[in-house]
Amino acid sequence: MRNNRLAEVTLAGIGHSGYFPRGKSPDPDFRLILKALFAACEDAGISPKQLDGLSSYCGPPTDPRRVAAAIGMKELKFAGLQWASGGGGTSAAFANAAAAIIAGYCDCVAVIRSVKMDEGTRYGQFGGGYGGGGVETVSGYGFRGVDKAPYGVLSSASTLAFQAQMLVENKGIDPAVFSAVSRASYYHAQNNPDALMYGRPLDAATYDDARKIAEPYRLYDCCLENDGACAVILTRSDIAKDLKQKPVHMLSVGETMEFRADAGAFNWPDFCSAGFRALAPRLYEQAGVGPQDVDVVQIYENFIHGVAMTFAEFGLCTYEDMNEVLTFENLIAPSGKLPLNTSGGNLAEAYVLGMGHVLEGVRQLRGTSKNQVLGAEVCLVTAGPLTPMTGAMILGTGDVR
Amino acid sequence: MSDTYLPQVLPVPVPMDDGFDKPYLDGLTEGRLVIQRCASCGTWIWGPEHVCYHCLAWDPEWLEVEPRGRIYAWTRIHSPGFVALRPATPFICALVELPQAGGVRMIGNLLGDRSQKVTIGDEVVGEFERHEIKGHLYGLMHWRRTG
Ligand SMILES: [Zn+2]
Repeated sequence: MRNNRLAEVTLAGIGHSGYFPRGKSPDPDFRLILKALFAACEDAGISPKQLDGLSSYCGPPTDPRRVAAAIGMKELKFAGLQWASGGGGTSAAFANAAAAIIAGYCDCVAVIRSVKMDEGTRYGQFGGGYGGGGVETVSGYGFRGVDKAPYGVLSSASTLAFQAQMLVENKGIDPAVFSAVSRASYYHAQNNPDALMYGRPLDAATYDDARKIAEPYRLYDCCLENDGACAVILTRSDIAKDLKQKPVHMLSVGETMEFRADAGAFNWPDFCSAGFRALAPRLYEQAGVGPQDVDVVQIYENFIHGVAMTFAEFGLCTYEDMNEVLTFENLIAPSGKLPLNTSGGNLAEAYVLGMGHVLEGVRQLRGTSKNQVLGAEVCLVTAGPLTPMTGAMILGTGDVR
Repeated sequence: MSDTYLPQVLPVPVPMDDGFDKPYLDGLTEGRLVIQRCASCGTWIWGPEHVCYHCLAWDPEWLEVEPRGRIYAWTRIHSPGFVALRPATPFICALVELPQAGGVRMIGNLLGDRSQKVTIGDEVVGEFERHEIKGHLYGLMHWRRTG
């Protein structure tokens, strides 16, 4: 019927390093990557020495040459990097890995990514200001550019809050939607011992009373800051069928940047967009499914309003019915209509630039999630939004047509 | 408190290495708002570009525009992520669009009461703010509601 060459690739193993509060990892970044890699290989039932490709995204990445040398990889045949865009690059790293396998460049690729923070690299903190005799300067029109930093727009939260406020004022999104998304994430984390917010449930009053960050954001609308690494093993499907795990496939995968979405100084033409409007129909078509077939979703959320826009642009609800559809009851597994971020996501499990969402998508389709959606067959995993370039993949069980 | 909207603890805006955006930053220092427009097709462009994204003509010209517009989006920042700014919180940042310049947008602080009610669409006029830090002169473009 169709010929989806992604059938030739299987997600065969997943692993992470363990997650630590910011600055609390006993290991340096490189050891976190190795631990995640070893865990993913163990999960797949292969030796790390069987890898012949590495794929990552969002600089500065782990140097693939170092990894290959460290683990004694016989030959590194593919080292792919999606250029930038933070958590918007996750799916592209998987697309690149799959393309390399399908093209025959290599047979077994690990997608790897870590996050390790010190005071100088925290997401929410500006380390500059005046020291000594000189002055701190900024230039250009990107993050903390001349159009933002001198006006006090220094953090990711401050930068993205404009769009969230627009969603509330112009699209009529009830802030109760944000509360529901955050509480659902925390609810799921209570069943996930690996989650950083395990044992720390969040109720509506605590959410509402939390300190304001940048309006409309409150504290629990913002992702965690932490240390950790994740890895996923992709291999040829004819190899994977003899490995340990139930196969999970990408039914479709892709990346996208809308018209001038990287225009400087907040001048991308359609400001109130997640950037998925061209990609979503393309992914559904390639996967041979529609929004009605999606059983569970893992949506990247560095900040909460991106989830709302993503639901709308993937046709899982509309802006008109969003306030009624995106309720806590609908977003939790196993009983909700559209369980979201069932490991706790960036808000309550860990922030590994969206890799945790892929791991959890695979678990759902294997039937091994701590918040399992019964009979889950199709899972949407997004990379971004809230970066100029975004991506997504639709994961599925069974045969790819 | 200083007489600037935010205390002078923030980084100094300087031109890109090749001086490409000097007309904009020099303009702010001199109290003029200067942005780009394509001489071939008239498209207004901001942030600065080397070619017009619409017709691909080189080197959009720099033109002074009247600093007035309306609030396109805004946020009131309570936790700026910079310790030295804490005493100034909360403060308001407005993303202002300029209808007379093709609707291009720019951020400035919204002057006046920091607890004022702000609504998208509010009309604003620009006010230049001069800074001098250790011999570095520069200007910022802020906004004030007129309605
Ligand atoms: Zn032009």
